[in-house]
Amino acid sequence: MEMPTKLKIRPKDGLTEILVLVSHPMETGQRVDAKTKEKVPAHFIQTLSIQLNGKDVAVADLGVAVSKDPLIGISVAGAKKGDKVNVSWSDNLGNKGGADETV
Amino acid sequence: MTTSNRRTFLKGTLAGGVLTVAASAGLLKPTQVLAAAWPKSAFDAKTMDATISGLYGNASVAPNAAITIKAPLQAENGAVVPITVSTTLANVESIAILVEKNATPLVCSVALMNGAQGYFSARMKMGKTSDVKVIVKAGGKLHSASQQIKVTVGGCGG
Amino acid sequence: MKKLFVLLAVLGLTGSVTLTAQADPQSDLREFQGYFKKKFPDVPFQDYANGVYALDKDARSEWESLMEFPPFEIELDGGKKLWEKPFANGKKFAGCLTRAPQNYPYWDNGTNEVRTIEMDVNRCLNKNGEAEYKDLKKGPMAAVVAYFKFLHRGQLVKVDLSNPKAVDAYEKGKQFYWARRAQLNFSCSTCHVENAGKFIRGDSLSAGLGHGTGFPVYRGKDGHLTTLHNRYAGCNKQVRAAPYKEQSNEYKNLELYETYMATGLPITAPSYRR
Repeated sequence: MEMPTKLKIRPKDGLTEILVLVSHPMETGQRVDAKTKEKVPAHFIQTLSIQLNGKDVAVADLGVAVSKDPLIGISVAGAKKGDKVNVSWSDNLGNKGGADETV
Repeated sequence: MTTSNRRTFLKGTLAGGVLTVAASAGLLKPTQVLAAAWPKSAFDAKTMDATISGLYGNASVAPNAAITIKAPLQAENGAVVPITVSTTLANVESIAILVEKNATPLVCSVALMNGAQGYFSARMKMGKTSDVKVIVKAGGKLHSASQQIKVTVGGCGG
Repeated sequence: MKKLFVLLAVLGLTGSVTLTAQADPQSDLREFQGYFKKKFPDVPFQDYANGVYALDKDARSEWESLMEFPPFEIELDGGKKLWEKPFANGKKFAGCLTRAPQNYPYWDNGTNEVRTIEMDVNRCLNKNGEAEYKDLKKGPMAAVVAYFKFLHRGQLVKVDLSNPKAVDAYEKGKQFYWARRAQLNFSCSTCHVENAGKFIRGDSLSAGLGHGTGFPVYRGKDGHLTTLHNRYAGCNKQVRAAPYKEQSNEYKNLELYETYMATGLPITAPSYRR
């Protein structure tokens, strides 16, 4: 399963907002497949971390109640044009993903 | 060491940058370290109290007007409810979002450091109408704000 | 209690809107758009391209916040990749999809039928020796159509009804739109003309004006991009009517009628709906 990550970085109120969107099913483990009538196993991102110039600025722990194709947004002070933002995540099945972007 | 204590320890270490240095030196991948720290007991908890103690131990939480929740009063679709939390509190360490009436209330918890502001946005699932509680840890203390979000059952989407 | 607008109340409302049966498309258009302008004088015309969010002020800010970084962006990127990736013979979609999306659907004398973007996407694949997209509800088809329309966002809808056969198809679509059907005895117009802006259980009803401009849409309920005809099928099911197949003549004619009614509105696709 391909699960791309996309970043959007924009100025907001004198700060820099970093938005992360991941294409991920975020299965709760409770949903029943309409065709097979069986429960779809839980499959969700557990940890997503955001780094600015190699330093963690946010480390988010997520559960199954985060929506499908999750969005996470934070705001940082002091980011300059050309600064590097790196996002990496891992899910409960051991998949990893992420993306890089410059401010 | 209990899960919650280990969690606190890890967060503290991260803020100090020790693990980050190890990670950038290629010794550890940050996700590996953090996956181990995912607070399972808090995510599995079925009540608000158990969730809070799973995250923070026995600390007390007090409402604080300096926290703002931006979320719909009536959500169009419980599968995708946008929420933005912001606060004017200083030294914000973490923000957690809890939905009281969900089977397991904890939606997510984010540790903020190194210039990250007291601001967090996400999209969450809500099974039904519920109070949503936000807990902000700032300066070592726990502060909270709540808002009810109504969830209607529909089916149209023109 | 306004929000607990129940089915019975809808059923109890006798339709006060009827279209003149013999009218030509131009006067239909004037009447249809004029009806909404009069019913909702405060809603700017262009806003109807935003579907239900033109009328539902409560839901509008929630929708706007979702549209800041809409969940379909990654799927749209996938559509872009498919659009730009050469076929095995080196050609691309752009080589055959030369008509602008705001001018779809259209009457084609060659194949003697109404043609939609979805049909031309599959014809393009076929002509170039590629496998057609089987799923006409979602997946690659929805992503490619979404990207094609995205390239023309803001362009104003203008469909060609100069051919009498196009007008015939339009008339059939119009009939479909206004005909009451199935157990609940609803027509498209019952909800989207007469009761536009009102609530049916927890949902507010969109105006019929502007339908299609935002499609394919990402529905929060589904978690992926959905084609217009898939939405039509869902709508039919909700009034307990048997749905038609995607790209059936019934839905193509309906799309032609609805799109003509949206003349002058901008393409907003892809968009988000609950």
